[in-house]
Amino acid sequence: MKLTVWTYEGPPHVGAMRVATAMKGLHYVLHAPQGDTYADLLFTMIERRNHRPPVSYTTFQARDLGSDTATLFKTACQDAVDRFDPQAIIVGASCTAELIQDDPAGLAETMDLKIPVIALELPSYSRKENFGADETFYQIVRGLAAPQDRTARIICNLLGPTALGFRNRDDVEELTGLLSDLGVDVNVVAPLGATPADIARLPAAHFNVLMYPETGEAAARWLEKTYGQPFTKTVPIGVAATRDFIAEVQAITGLTATADESRLRLPWWSASVDSTYLTGKRVFLFGDGTHVCAMARMARDEMGFEVAGLGCYNREQARAVRAVARDMGVEALITDDYLEVEQAIEALAPEMIMGTQMERHIGKRLGIPCAVISAPVHVQDYPARYSPVMGFEGANVIFDTLVHPLVMGLEEHLLTMFRDDFEFHDAAGPSHHGGHAPVAMSDASGGSISGKMMPDEAPSVAEGSNVIWLSDAERELKKIPFFVRGKARRNTEAFAAQKGLQQISLDTLYEAKAHYAR
Amino acid sequence: MNDLTPTPGGGCRSAPVLKQRGQREVFCGLTGIIWLHRKMQDAFFLVVGSRTCAHLLQSAAGVMIFAEPRFGTAILEEQDLAGMKDAHTELDREVARLLDRRPDIRQLFLVGSCPSEVIKIDLARAAERLTQVHAPHVRVLNYSGSGIETTFTEGEDACLASMVPVLKDTPARELLLVGALPDVVEDQMLSLLGQMGIDNIRLLPARRIDETTAVGANTVFALTQPFLGETHAALMRRGARHIPAPMPFGEEGTTAWLRAVTAEFGVDDATFDAVTAAPRARARKAIAQAAEHLNGKSIFFFPDSQLEIPLARFLTRECGMTAVEVGSPYIHDAIHGPDLDLLPAGPQISEGQDVDLQLDRVRAARPDLTVCGLGLANPLEAEGLTTKWAIELVFTPVHFYEQAGDLASLFSRPIRRKSVLRVEAAE
Repeated sequence: MKLTVWTYEGPPHVGAMRVATAMKGLHYVLHAPQGDTYADLLFTMIERRNHRPPVSYTTFQARDLGSDTATLFKTACQDAVDRFDPQAIIVGASCTAELIQDDPAGLAETMDLKIPVIALELPSYSRKENFGADETFYQIVRGLAAPQDRTARIICNLLGPTALGFRNRDDVEELTGLLSDLGVDVNVVAPLGATPADIARLPAAHFNVLMYPETGEAAARWLEKTYGQPFTKTVPIGVAATRDFIAEVQAITGLTATADESRLRLPWWSASVDSTYLTGKRVFLFGDGTHVCAMARMARDEMGFEVAGLGCYNREQARAVRAVARDMGVEALITDDYLEVEQAIEALAPEMIMGTQMERHIGKRLGIPCAVISAPVHVQDYPARYSPVMGFEGANVIFDTLVHPLVMGLEEHLLTMFRDDFEFHDAAGPSHHGGHAPVAMSDASGGSISGKMMPDEAPSVAEGSNVIWLSDAERELKKIPFFVRGKARRNTEAFAAQKGLQQISLDTLYEAKAHYAR
Repeated sequence: MNDLTPTPGGGCRSAPVLKQRGQREVFCGLTGIIWLHRKMQDAFFLVVGSRTCAHLLQSAAGVMIFAEPRFGTAILEEQDLAGMKDAHTELDREVARLLDRRPDIRQLFLVGSCPSEVIKIDLARAAERLTQVHAPHVRVLNYSGSGIETTFTEGEDACLASMVPVLKDTPARELLLVGALPDVVEDQMLSLLGQMGIDNIRLLPARRIDETTAVGANTVFALTQPFLGETHAALMRRGARHIPAPMPFGEEGTTAWLRAVTAEFGVDDATFDAVTAAPRARARKAIAQAAEHLNGKSIFFFPDSQLEIPLARFLTRECGMTAVEVGSPYIHDAIHGPDLDLLPAGPQISEGQDVDLQLDRVRAARPDLTVCGLGLANPLEAEGLTTKWAIELVFTPVHFYEQAGDLASLFSRPIRRKSVLRVEAAE
């Protein structure tokens, strides 16, 4: 038993729903009690889908448990096939149905439904959403892929995009264009938009592009083993990774056409002088392993950030994430415990978080800006505009995404210069974000009596230590712009501790500043 | 006074009810935790369940916004199921850890889920044991919010019903008002009753455990929510008497509810009118503004929260709408009866759901407004229907006079929006 407040991943049957909802002509009969239908709204509300997920829930109740839940399952199966006329169905159980052991697979097999029935065994009490999606897609591919000749022309499949993924819709479009530059047409994209008949055509392709290992790796490995289709190992997120991906595709295909880089803007945007202020910004990354690994490389090499820490919530990717962390000289945090992530962020006090919806809330609480780079995400991260994260346009999009939460370069200088100015003060926030309440300034018209008569506050004690901030140092600290104040405070306290000081004076503050200057 | 005689053609109380059995597109009772934990400020809700339960709680209302939520899920793992670990020992450990970290918690609810019910973890026994361990600082109770037993708002019902047996006894003649309302609404309600001289009021749930909610043979109680059937029965078992009334939605409903309650305490018409005249006038005016867009329009309710019948009564009688179908997950005559009496005859009343068959009916009827859950709203919009998400009706302050206009607006806004948008979908 483990106490959980927020979860990064849902149960495995939600992963199966992500595959089923992404596809067309497939129906999922899920043995589940009422209430499990909540999962529909993930797709209809968060992703704004305009169709119900193709899922029939058997909706058994307590009073059915003693009698015949199996019949209920068979009725739901028959009704779904009659009503929705799918090309194939997948059948499985949610966590509760797993306990009553009705064997949906066996039941469906006896029904002579005249269409392929793919049975899912998704252990609800040991695995999670990504596993559920990966396993479901693998079982569908295994069940439906048909032996056939390769096409004469070199074509490939795109594997892994699902419903409720992070920017999957636009990544597919971006990669389709990129591959077209390289002289490769796309045979089938799956699961997103594929029908069971399309799945049957997968073996016609010469190789597979594994877009998201989280949801497509088992299928890619099986296709490699069974049909000799190699799959790409580089996830093309970031400029360098996209170029590596292109080289990988060229090596697989022997084609030599190159990609059009005329719309790639990240390198110049990063080199231009306004971006100087990005140098060494300390960022913390958390999300699914694939996005974190790719984005960490971008953060360091293409944005000039300092990676202060990183981690992932899906243990399946722990090895890859640890390797990247080693390369960056930091410790990897592998956990699905939201509170642990919050603690790590609080301790590291980064200047920006690159994370998921959960980290957005952590950032809100700690006053740290956050850019969302990985599922799980909320409704605002399903943009109307074209917004991939893969390929060259993806790199442009990520540059914007990472700069947006921050104060602009020019503005940062103004904040440093004017500190106590009525417009450039702490609570104002980045000027391109609206909605900050105006702060009443008692001194604005030359200083009110109450403002001048404010008694000095008692010296404050630093958290977790015995160091005392003297009031002049405390006041000076407040003049430091909010986005670097946390770091200044911690650095000063660390400096004081290192010097064995009991009190932090104005001098200590500036000595520490000089000490940490870079 | 309003004319509360049923409209010509009679009400709907004896109308035939369509009962179907099939897929139900509804939340389970765990969902109630989302508002209950905000209402009871010293309570923690610990669901004993699966990852699905935790995922539901964070997804159901898009509520991943609370800094310090006072709910969590003790997720059952394989070892718990295989009997390799004793569930009770595990639970004791998790509870001890939780209470240690959160000394502000004074009452803990162990909430049963589908998996905990199926594997028969005895949470009543656990609650008893844990109460002994953690008393007097923390009281531990249990109820089931499982989907195999409860539908959406029945979770609140089960929670409140679990509190009834431990309420203190009182011989005093007191009024007990039952149902979780937003504080602002609760204060308005107490103020109205106070102005009419009714001060000896207790609330269930109270905002904090230390407040002195009690019950006894001289207690009379009124429900402010229409989904409290079990709580109603539990209070009757304690000897309390129910004041049947229409639910306090809209000007007419609020007036009828207040009149039923105040009549019990002998408040005369003059006092009643003096206190209610101004808020009634305000409510009527506010409703009239929103009703402009609702008048003459048809409405179809999918079953969701059991608020459907009283809301249909409000919309038909005070906003000029016509109900096509009024679906409710469950209908309790003792609670829904007064509203059914007032609901003009005509609509199909339905209880329970086979969602595919009901979708066939809504497509055939093409009502001007469809009230449904979040899973159905966008798909129906895409088919050209105008929808109102039902969950907002549960989360928004909508009771009593000052919210009557807001309540009407919740229904008029989707219709107004459709009329102001001048852009065709692509494709």
